[in-house]
Amino acid sequence: MTTARTMTLNMGPQHPSTHGVLRLVLELDGEVVVRCEPHIGYLHTGIEKGLESKRYQQGIPLTDRLDYLAPLSNNLAYVLAIEKALGIEVPERAQTIRVLMTELTRIKSHLVWLGTHAMDVGAMSVFLYCFREREQILDMYEAVSGQRLMSSYFRVGGLLADLPPGFEAQVQAFLADFPSRLEDYEALLTQNPLWRQRTVGIGTIRAADAIALGVSGPALRACGVAYDVRRTNPYCGYEGYQFDVPIGKVGDVYERYTIRMAEMRQSHRIAGQALQRLAPGPINVADPKLIPPPKKLLKTSMEALIHHFKLYSEGFSVPAGEVYQAIESPKGELGVYLVSDGTNRPYRVHYRAPSFVNLQALPRMVEGRLVADVIAVIGSLDIVLGEIDR
Amino acid sequence: MTEATGQEPAAEGLVLQRLRGRFGDVVRDVKVWRHETTIVLAPRDLLPVCRYLKDDSDLAFDFLSSVTGVDRRNLLNNSPRFEVVYHLYSVQFKRRLRLKVRGDEGEAVPSVTGVWESANWHEREVFDLFGVPFEGHPDLRRILMPDDWEGHPLRKDYPVEASPKWWEEEPA
Repeated sequence: MTTARTMTLNMGPQHPSTHGVLRLVLELDGEVVVRCEPHIGYLHTGIEKGLESKRYQQGIPLTDRLDYLAPLSNNLAYVLAIEKALGIEVPERAQTIRVLMTELTRIKSHLVWLGTHAMDVGAMSVFLYCFREREQILDMYEAVSGQRLMSSYFRVGGLLADLPPGFEAQVQAFLADFPSRLEDYEALLTQNPLWRQRTVGIGTIRAADAIALGVSGPALRACGVAYDVRRTNPYCGYEGYQFDVPIGKVGDVYERYTIRMAEMRQSHRIAGQALQRLAPGPINVADPKLIPPPKKLLKTSMEALIHHFKLYSEGFSVPAGEVYQAIESPKGELGVYLVSDGTNRPYRVHYRAPSFVNLQALPRMVEGRLVADVIAVIGSLDIVLGEIDR
Repeated sequence: MTEATGQEPAAEGLVLQRLRGRFGDVVRDVKVWRHETTIVLAPRDLLPVCRYLKDDSDLAFDFLSSVTGVDRRNLLNNSPRFEVVYHLYSVQFKRRLRLKVRGDEGEAVPSVTGVWESANWHEREVFDLFGVPFEGHPDLRRILMPDDWEGHPLRKDYPVEASPKWWEEEPA
């Protein structure tokens, strides 16, 4: 066993500050972490295997359960990959709604990060405020899909349904309030000496190391690398939106905090633009082989009845081939690698989960530092075990 | 499996041109589909090619997005059985590239952990879920499944659903 001076400490998988079921084996010299080894897999549910046995459209609810704090981002990467393989593009209105909803999702995900991160470090009240605002976004989820969490709102070829009446006013009211809410959070933390003591200069990682370790998202941008898939490899028409990609300098816990706060402002900005762009129009591609016909047509049109029957009994096939579609999820580069063998089920789906890759950088950030810093660093990475273990 | 359509996009053309200039006929196969380029390599060529792709200043594929596997058992052309797929990205040039190597059951693929550190967990995952061994990996253990698990869940001959009985019947 360990000799003389070091002690092995098992942190997790039931530790409240490990954000789920992460287990860390820490080798300690006094209070200093000598070695940190993450053990994962406690939440492995075989989602990639499950997707292989489901028809394309049926797989969407499974993807919600990967990063359960940003279900629409998982939907988006999956449907975009399938649409790329099919060679189709959804109509303008659907693109805009997708942008609007994923940016609200980013705010929602960052709010959970902020609340739990602050609570881990000892600032309890922020959590309650964050969840108050998050609730408003969950209400929007419910309005569009009937589901608060696992909404599966994006579908191959478009959306589940158009926005309900009054939805735009609901978003508008939220967007009008949100900047002042953000200021409230910042008033509690940004200049707070206790918060700064726990975060400034902690868990630093250099840009070169972060790239070598595959770190993406806010954690990479905090080191000064402006890699944001929305900007570098745009999808859903992001090239037509005005927004900044906030970057940091030193890449410590504090900067990861400031970057995400700035990102919420940018998401607010994008959501506002999306709302302005919303023009009436179709929300699905005009292809009866992909999109079920309106219910009332079934009684009058033979073709509609056949299409309906074929879609619900065997789905649609995707041409044989393979694609990789990356999007910027709240956690970083979320990539879906899809292999099709020409049938109505994916042959292989792989999720490049940003949390999985970012967590690999944790030992580099905490080794040589104090046990208490481990908690602050985990919070700042914003991991979700659902997508790490898949 | 994929069919080549149209000509290669300019950036990918550069990669191929450089690879052919530097290594001769190292590229076994090239497929361009939906504006994505896939380059198939022999396992023994993987490491030198990866080093070159990362270090060459005009290519600079410094970011390894992911490493994953495909079990080709149920495809029409299914030999060799396993495929390891690498998604590379260049932060500087904003380009993506897909590399592939193929191998049969038990054939080791060289580990690229020496080129991109991030390959460590990705390769452990492929080893865990497909049973593909990686030569030169610093810590090749299961990562998602328990250490004493039998079988590799993402193989095509591994059942999607199994009752506990299936496990009891296993040791005949």
